[in-house]
Amino acid sequence: MKKSLSLSRKKAIVGLLFVLPFTTGFIVFIAAGIVSTVRMSLSDVVMAGTASGVELVWNEFQNYIIAFTQHPTFSEVLGTSLLNMLIDVPMIIFFSLFMALFINQKFRGRTLVRAIFFLPVILGAPAIATALSSARAMMIGGVSPASPEVMASLGSGMVVNVSYYLYMLGDLAIPPALIEYIIDAVARINSIISMSGVQIIIFLAALQSISPSVYEAAKIEGATPYEAFWLITFPLVSPLILTNVVYTIIDSFANSQVVTLSYNTIFTEYNYGLGSAFSLVSSLAVLVVLAIVTLLLSKRTFYHT
Amino acid sequence: MKNTINRITSITKSTSFGSARGHMERKLRSFIFALFRTVIIIGTSYVILSPLIGIIASSFFSNEDSYSPVVYLIPQAPTFERYRLAILRMDYFNVLGNMMLYVIGLTIIQLVVCSMAGYGFARFNFPFKKILFAFVIVTIVLPFHMIMYPLYTTFQNFTPFGLMGLFNDGNSVNLLGTPWPVFIMTLLGTGLRSGLYIFIFTQFFRGLPKEIEEAALIDGAGSFRTFSQVMLPNAAPAIVTVTIFSVVWQYNDNFYGRLFNVGDNILLSRRISTLQATIANVDAVRDPSISTLYVYAGVVMMILPLLIIYVFLQKYLIEGIERSGIVG
Repeated sequence: MKKSLSLSRKKAIVGLLFVLPFTTGFIVFIAAGIVSTVRMSLSDVVMAGTASGVELVWNEFQNYIIAFTQHPTFSEVLGTSLLNMLIDVPMIIFFSLFMALFINQKFRGRTLVRAIFFLPVILGAPAIATALSSARAMMIGGVSPASPEVMASLGSGMVVNVSYYLYMLGDLAIPPALIEYIIDAVARINSIISMSGVQIIIFLAALQSISPSVYEAAKIEGATPYEAFWLITFPLVSPLILTNVVYTIIDSFANSQVVTLSYNTIFTEYNYGLGSAFSLVSSLAVLVVLAIVTLLLSKRTFYHT
Repeated sequence: MKNTINRITSITKSTSFGSARGHMERKLRSFIFALFRTVIIIGTSYVILSPLIGIIASSFFSNEDSYSPVVYLIPQAPTFERYRLAILRMDYFNVLGNMMLYVIGLTIIQLVVCSMAGYGFARFNFPFKKILFAFVIVTIVLPFHMIMYPLYTTFQNFTPFGLMGLFNDGNSVNLLGTPWPVFIMTLLGTGLRSGLYIFIFTQFFRGLPKEIEEAALIDGAGSFRTFSQVMLPNAAPAIVTVTIFSVVWQYNDNFYGRLFNVGDNILLSRRISTLQATIANVDAVRDPSISTLYVYAGVVMMILPLLIIYVFLQKYLIEGIERSGIVG
């Protein structure tokens, strides 16, 4: 029996065996999960004595109608999440490329700096963030040793009015929208830094894979560092910009408010149909964003082949 | 190539090599640039480190330090009391041991399953290969919260192909509250970020030369032996990358832990979220400004193991990513 199989068919079977665990998992968990989410979002989910504990009753797209026309916060939360994502992604990409360029240079203490820059990935445990923020909330809500007025007066001496200085840039004919964006970036610098650990590492790896001889040749030909960046570094790093943009979008969406909203709708309000509709709509929105961004960027991306 | 050499040899004389003034100017410019770089790096490092420094310093504060308005960062009467009670209430060493088993077990499964799938995609031709690889991309891109409720019910009434009925009088089993759901999903290549690891391994195996396998095949090794004894040892950089990411993300994971209600005797992350309430109620520490100090000590204890692992492995991590093929 075995000998009757040709070599290529035999190899095909072995190959299928190698990917068998993943294929099974995808069909059993992910494909089945998507199908059941779609079905649930189209139904009223009623508690019942069936094997799965619930019964699905078709309700003519009611969940979607409720989500967009009646639910008090969904449309707003979805919009804010997407908007935050669109604001964050360029800043994270720009910041991480910028920092990777810096760390890639030779200077003393480089290993230490690299270790520090990867720290946010380690410290980014959601549980830690939750514990700390609830501790902070208790401090504010509970009896705190200093009254809010005292805290405010202590703080006021140290606060520099950053936006005043930034608006001075308006005198240089920089458009106000750009200034707003920069102020927003400054206000979010903490979260931007903590969200760009993986991206910095990926950019750093890309930068290190560029052979130094390319730069030497460019330097001998009289290229300035500025030209070297735009004509060598940037094109060679551009495939990784796409990778990082996709990673950042997925990562920032996973931590967004709309995910929390659909989680709460399902698990604390037990409104399975509506929650499924929320998560389907938001996931579709993100997939559309991803598709558009990938299309736009891949046209401008430089590949070796 | 020849063209390049020709161009290199025809260096223009307009560049200011050698002249003393140009030399000074270049030195000054590079000094200013180094200063700028240092300022930016120190500033960013401060943003990253300052909360950590604050947490570590506060975790040594005694009650008097906490109430004293003049104490900043350096406690006047440092105490280990926060750590003693936090370790006791988190059942730290016990839970940490269980958690390490859980994390390391899952990482090993991830490595085996994802490297196998990666090898399959990189080296074999089989029907539906393109579609199956598209599934990998879907797994990476798909927001997992979308299917969390179906996953929840799957494991609440777990009957794979109705086989469970044979063992349990025809009833399904409830696997929630145990680590089994996470293990089963990881075993089937759909664990935490498995899609990404499969992608990394696929890219890496594609980049390896085919000759090493052919030599093994001619020597009579089967496909699985070739994979385990020839390909895997050559994939060390990819293995290091996936190991570190998997350990870090699995250790920090809250999503699966919360969804499947994995017990708090396994997950430190669940202990830390109840620590403040436990200490407030069991030990009657009512003042939130004091009980917060215990949370700080708990946070330090929770990140310490990862920090130690990272400090030892960070050199391999950066080298590993450089060679693991994420890059190209």
